[in-house]
Amino acid sequence: MTAQAPASTVPADDGVNFYTREEHHPENGTLLGFWIYLMSDCLIFAVLFACYGVLGRSYAAGPSGADLFDLKLVALNTLFLLLSSITYGFAMLEMAKNRTATTLLWLGVTGFFGLCFLSVELYEFHHLIEEGATPQRSAFLSSFFTLVGTHGLHVTFGSIWLVTLMVQVARLGLTAENKRRLMCLSMFWHFLDVVWIGVFTFVYLMGTL
Amino acid sequence: MSSEAHAAHGHGHEPGHEEAAHGSMKGYVTGFVLSVILTAIPFWIVMGDVFREPATAAIVVMVFAVAQIVVHMVYFLHMNAKSEGGWTMLAMIFTVVLVIITLSGSLWVMFHLKSNMMPGGTHTMGAPQ
Repeated sequence: MTAQAPASTVPADDGVNFYTREEHHPENGTLLGFWIYLMSDCLIFAVLFACYGVLGRSYAAGPSGADLFDLKLVALNTLFLLLSSITYGFAMLEMAKNRTATTLLWLGVTGFFGLCFLSVELYEFHHLIEEGATPQRSAFLSSFFTLVGTHGLHVTFGSIWLVTLMVQVARLGLTAENKRRLMCLSMFWHFLDVVWIGVFTFVYLMGTL
Repeated sequence: MSSEAHAAHGHGHEPGHEEAAHGSMKGYVTGFVLSVILTAIPFWIVMGDVFREPATAAIVVMVFAVAQIVVHMVYFLHMNAKSEGGWTMLAMIFTVVLVIITLSGSLWVMFHLKSNMMPGGTHTMGAPQ
């Protein structure tokens, strides 16, 4: 009688399951993990923004943002990054339809806009350094180059990752692994665009005011 | 095996969910148009000297930046309270709290440190006078 009591409280096979018998993996463990990485990256940028906020007006009698920044160039760069964001979105839509060729095409367009962004940024940095506005000139310029340079480095590594994935997709097709990788890079790429909103607002626009 | 795995995933992969994971053409285009508008206005405000007071312009530009970040989060990063069982949202809220503490705390402390310690005691963050 006592042995049967627990058995009667646990329904055996009447169709009600209180637990899963097979292994239950989270649906998108990688994507959640990558999201947490992005959040930690966000903290890096928060610290660099805080540095810029503290040091951004310490010109040491050197040039200020209003003297240096060319807002037309920044607007062009913003447009490049925004265009690359939407073309990556188109690549993801093509990926969802399992079209390898058009996915690769849109990824290529995204990479092109990424390179345009990097070229304009390198041109800007080169121009600033030529004018004597080097990172050593003032605390403002040190924090400026650190913040904008870190964002530029992220775009550089994102572009390398993009080319790597394009080779992978071209060779292996849109396998489940490649789709997962493309979704991670998609989050990374859009995240960089979000950081750029902060950069052009806090550094360029408010620095010119 | 594959059919079993598919069945296990079935409850999360209704058409609506698939849309949310990859977005839709309409969503991306909406996000892009909104972003262009929310970028063009602050650039116009600063480049066209729309406001006489720089402080007013700064606040307006910041409001546009926050709005555009929300647009990017919703339309490009597909943030919502349901993805990954709410864990992405929770991680983001935690991060936003840390970001706000880092930014406001640094600016607050360093601004006061500077105005209290700098010789001459200037109460602005401008160049030394």
